Amino acid sequence: MIKIDREECIGCGECVEVCPVDALSLDSEEKAVVDEDTCTSCGLCISTCPTNAIETKIMARKGDTSQYSGVWVFGETNDGNLKEVGPQLLGKGRELASEFNDQLSAVVIGSDVKDAAAKCGNYGAEKVYMVEGEEFDQYKTLPFSFAMSQLISEFKPRVVLYGATHLGRDLAPSVAGRLGLGLTADCTGLSIKEEDGEKLLLQTRPAFGGNLIAEIVCPNTRPQMATVRPNVFSCPEETENSQPEIIEREVDLNPELFKVEILERLSGEEGEVGVEEADVVIAGGRGVGSEENFQLLEELADALDGVVGCSRPIVEDGWLSKAHQVGQSGKTVSPKLYIACGISGAIQHKVGIRDSDTIIAINKDPEAPIFDVADLSVVGDLHEVLPELLELLGGEDGS
Amino acid sequence: MDFLVFIKQVPDTDEVKVDEESGTIIREGVPSILNPFDEYALNLALRLKEGMEDEVNITAMSMGPPQAKDALKKCLAIGADRGILLSDKVFGGADTWATSFTLFKGVEKMGGADLYFSGQEATDGNTAQVGPELASHLNLSSMTYVEDVLDINPKEGYLTAKKETDEGFIKLKSELPVVLSCMTPPDFEPKIPGVKEIMKAKNKPLDTWNHDDLGGTEEEYGLEGSESQVISTYPPPSKGPGEKFEGPAEEGAEKIFALLKDEGVCDD
Repeated sequence: MIKIDREECIGCGECVEVCPVDALSLDSEEKAVVDEDTCTSCGLCISTCPTNAIETKIMARKGDTSQYSGVWVFGETNDGNLKEVGPQLLGKGRELASEFNDQLSAVVIGSDVKDAAAKCGNYGAEKVYMVEGEEFDQYKTLPFSFAMSQLISEFKPRVVLYGATHLGRDLAPSVAGRLGLGLTADCTGLSIKEEDGEKLLLQTRPAFGGNLIAEIVCPNTRPQMATVRPNVFSCPEETENSQPEIIEREVDLNPELFKVEILERLSGEEGEVGVEEADVVIAGGRGVGSEENFQLLEELADALDGVVGCSRPIVEDGWLSKAHQVGQSGKTVSPKLYIACGISGAIQHKVGIRDSDTIIAINKDPEAPIFDVADLSVVGDLHEVLPELLELLGGEDGS
Repeated sequence: MDFLVFIKQVPDTDEVKVDEESGTIIREGVPSILNPFDEYALNLALRLKEGMEDEVNITAMSMGPPQAKDALKKCLAIGADRGILLSDKVFGGADTWATSFTLFKGVEKMGGADLYFSGQEATDGNTAQVGPELASHLNLSSMTYVEDVLDINPKEGYLTAKKETDEGFIKLKSELPVVLSCMTPPDFEPKIPGVKEIMKAKNKPLDTWNHDDLGGTEEEYGLEGSESQVISTYPPPSKGPGEKFEGPAEEGAEKIFALLKDEGVCDD
């Protein structure tokens, strides 16, 4: 929100002109006034005002909470393709919406996102709010957070969920900061808690490096917003031809919002290796011993149709790129099978693999903490166990 | 030029233990450290300062209890020129929203800076929200997951940076000022201050500002000013230990093979 100094305001109306959401007007005394419900705190009026009479006054948005209804999911896209976390959140969003007795909607923003919008319907969205334009071709914080804030101010959802991806963890706090909202990061659970007759979003997340689980509510501000880790919720089945109601909005972007320009994609960096999506992850830690020894893990990954992951020290030593890293500062994974080879199991690593269906750990140290979370712990030298295992698997192939 | 680096003192999460009964963190005996991401942000600011012709002043600012001064002293020893601690009982229990508001009031009192740095996240809360929320308060752009600043041009008022995205790294150009949330690169080696630097740091200004200094009503700060409320905490549910095998490698491999078949991961 913004604050206007009535003493300094000369009633020139420049701010009224520049405001993209028509939140400003001149009152009977020819002084600028702001409609707090409409203002998205974009800040354009601040830089326009010739007498510096306007300043940001970001305040928590504590209005009448009963005006807010609907569960929204931000449908993150890459090159126009809907990313997996969106459908996963729509699956969970459907459950929440039913309990709130609300509609489930998705939001897509981009340059060519009609297909992505339709796909959101296939995963359960009844409505899709769409903002389309060349200027949204690539993700940039200010234009996206401005568009999102404008949609939220107009349609007043009860809940907005984002994937806790790099993009989601950039966009959500920017929107929360702009609108003055409570926001809970990296949730691993969402449910409903009734408090004083009102149903609130109960958000569960790990804290203190995964040593503790915290339950959090945002009772006063609407919408209640959360980022949610990818792969925490499973993707619902896709239905065909759902034909959701598409609500398209034009968002008028002032050039002032383009403070950041993307110059280039940096080459030489390895792209995704897919540890997040893989059904089988074969991960190695310091116990693997050398860069060359990862060959063994590669072979096992090939045999089981999986991918190779690793713990943080392996990336620090430069044996594998960051794209392989599993754990709190890397990727959170939830494969059907996770085989940890020579990984001692720092808490940050354990947090990142907790949602795996089956965990097998191989480690020389019988006290290795990784064994606490493993379904099968094999105390032994991976350099002996893995060749034996490969032989068993190879024998299968041959038969 | 003024650089402002936001830092936080955190418990060393590798050493943290949980009281299983009360579901709270046992802080006693747990060492406090400078949040590693913030340490990288400060080192990045220092490296930029060294490469610039203009004179640069680096201020480290933190919100925290009185003992958080130790983390600021470390920053001064590493190379910051000034430390400011925002500390008051009223600031306690703050969520990211109230924290970013408090830091914003600190920035206002200080008179602003030309470039802002923070760590990508703190290792205790891991929210990664304070940087972007602070940028909103300051009406500035924010850039998260910044691994490096490649070039800074104060005369033309821009910088270029290397940022990690979900799809790999990109090079960005941003107007100044901007709030950078910095992501530690894997090969980062922190600068360890020597005795001389630690002694020199004792003469650098280290101020504490309280609620009276920052102004505003008490309700805007701390627990009262927080929009998210933690209603309970508990230790993570443990799966319960699975089967453990100790014996010859061959038998270990057979155990694994049997489980893989059970799970249907390999053909029966």
